[in-house]
Amino acid sequence: MALLEVKDLKVRVEEREILHGLTLTVNEGEVHAIMGPNGSGKSTLSHVIAGKPGYEVTDGQILFKGEDLLEMDPDERAAKGVFLAFQYPVEIPGVATMTFLRTALNAQRKARGESEYSTPDFLRKVREVSKALNIPQDMLKRGVNVGFSGGEKKRNEVLQMALFEPSLCILDEMDSGLDIDALRIAADGVNALRSPKRAMVVITHYQRLLNYIVPDFVHVMSRGRVVKSGDKELALELEASGYTQFEDAA
Amino acid sequence: MNVAVAKTGKGRAVSDLFTSAEGRLPGSPAVIAARREAFETYERLGLPHRRIEEWKYTDLRALVGEVLPLAAAPDAAALASAADAVKAHAVAGARKLVLVDGVFAAGLSDVKALASEVGFKTLRETLEKDAGLLKTAAVDAVISLNAAMASDGVVLSIADGAQLSAPIQIIHVATTDSASAFTRSQVAIGKGARATIIESFVAGAKAYQVNDAVIVSIGDDADVAHIRLLDDAPDAVNITSQFVTVGANTKVNFFNMTSGAAVSRLQGFIMFAGEGSELSINGVNLLQKTEHGDTTLVVDHAVPNCVSREIFRAVVDDRAHSVFQGRIIVRPDAQKTDGKMMTRALLLSDEAEADNKPELEIFADDVSCGHGATAGALDDNLLFYLKARGLPEKQAQALLIQAFVGEAIEQIADDNLREHVIGIAERWLERRS
Ligand SMILES: Nc1ncnc2c1ncn2[C@@H]1O[C@H](COP(=O)(O)OP(=O)(O)OP(=O)(O)O)[C@@H](O)[C@H]1O
Ligand SMILES: [Mg+2]
Repeated sequence: MALLEVKDLKVRVEEREILHGLTLTVNEGEVHAIMGPNGSGKSTLSHVIAGKPGYEVTDGQILFKGEDLLEMDPDERAAKGVFLAFQYPVEIPGVATMTFLRTALNAQRKARGESEYSTPDFLRKVREVSKALNIPQDMLKRGVNVGFSGGEKKRNEVLQMALFEPSLCILDEMDSGLDIDALRIAADGVNALRSPKRAMVVITHYQRLLNYIVPDFVHVMSRGRVVKSGDKELALELEASGYTQFEDAA
Repeated sequence: MNVAVAKTGKGRAVSDLFTSAEGRLPGSPAVIAARREAFETYERLGLPHRRIEEWKYTDLRALVGEVLPLAAAPDAAALASAADAVKAHAVAGARKLVLVDGVFAAGLSDVKALASEVGFKTLRETLEKDAGLLKTAAVDAVISLNAAMASDGVVLSIADGAQLSAPIQIIHVATTDSASAFTRSQVAIGKGARATIIESFVAGAKAYQVNDAVIVSIGDDADVAHIRLLDDAPDAVNITSQFVTVGANTKVNFFNMTSGAAVSRLQGFIMFAGEGSELSINGVNLLQKTEHGDTTLVVDHAVPNCVSREIFRAVVDDRAHSVFQGRIIVRPDAQKTDGKMMTRALLLSDEAEADNKPELEIFADDVSCGHGATAGALDDNLLFYLKARGLPEKQAQALLIQAFVGEAIEQIADDNLREHVIGIAERWLERRS
């Protein structure tokens, strides 16, 4: 059984159809890259998978481990192992990052019927993960993403991914706003999470990221559909030729 | 015609209220005469209603209707049930003064420990000598009613230079259903003193009414934290009037949190009487169901060079109604006054309501005064982010609500006390349906 099956998905936002019948299958252990021009619907797809309100699914389905994802609340999806690293992570003033991380992790564990982490175990885990991602401890004392630079926000997303250990990681432009060193650190963080049980969907505009996180499949999205799929060579092709050839195809 | 009939009807009920209580109210003959006079004032005015400007949003005739009879003095059973409530609400390390159904309960209080640092009497004792404590700077119907009916209270005097080693917690416990408690207290804080005063209103009964008055005078160079925590029963009524005078070069940190009572009003009359003082007033209203919570503050800059800062946060759920009225008066001489207030309301349901009425009355020209207000719902984007990380709706809301009120609660300097307040807010969150 596929980990994620998106079948002929049609999605509207405010009366306008954004996804026009999108199909995508992701199996355990695979890394998929999704590329495509601005406004082609990449973030929309990621939001619909994560359960963001405001999107109307008019047709098609999304199955996660064979279950109907669209029937679940966002928190249930998270507990089942869906994780979206946002293109634009929000700032939450007044909610300390550590409190947030612990509350979220324990909420997921509780939903799965697992025991909550004790404070020392939790702290040890956070310290381990943040060290690997080069995230200083004092950043974790601040409000969630408050005053974080663009790159720090992205690293904080990867930190959460490492902490929650989801089975499906969707990374929406994780590379935007990251300098070269930060990109390498974040990509190392992502690669460390690659496992035969876990799949990744990496949304990006740049082939460069795919040098670090090498995909098994590359999909081109245009105007709300997957218009071409291939292996990592496709990304190189796109780098050379751009998207114009697909605009017509869509 | 209807109006006249209604008035007569209410007038008679109210008269019974006084005559049936008179024999039990403490005081010398002069005090009883002063009480009767105050009661007549109350009777003439009746309960405040919406056509009285200050009570526009809190119409007690509509919300409360009638004043319940004075509660009987607590018996052994009442004291025993009060003891449980006190245990549940005591701030660790604080010295307790407990008023049960409006009567001081020595057996539940830490009088001995307190007496080593603070002068202490009951209102009852004080009124045997004179009626001075029945007089206040501002008067309205509920204050007059309080003067007439006050059965007891605590009278504290903190000497010049005293540095209190522990906070004082005045705990009001109601143990009688459908009865009223009237209390009046005084806290006099000397020059250069340092003190933390906590007032807690807690429930051991149902559908009761509280009318409290507190007269606070703070000397020069003092440093005072004054925390008031209203955690009354969900069907109770609490009307409190506070009169505060602040000396020169003094720091006062006042905090109120309302997390209970069907109808509550805190009206504070605060006056700067000496230059160079700083007043920080922080308030949180946590309201649900059909609760009505009103905070009305008058900050009177009667002298130059003082700073007042008011931060007010209202969290309003279901069909509850929050009211904040903040008046800042700057007298003609009060140059260099710096007075600001900021109100934010978080509306958790479409039927929740928050009224905000700031008023600046400025008679000096070299001042910096202002106010700001916002009202809105929880941010959907923030909620979604939290839910996408696994937090169920209620828990995600709770985190954001705590963050919202956090800014006011953070102003409480004492860690232990702040944790106590956060605990009350958490229990309020758990009560949300
Ligand atoms: N809430 C919304 N209201 C109206 N239109 C929206 C909304 N969200 C997305 N859209 C529209 O849907 C289309 C797809 O947007 P989406 O953000 O999914 O694109 P994207 O592929 O992620 O683009 P980018 O590469 O710039 O991030 C765009 O035309 C966008 O304007
Ligand atoms: Mg996007």
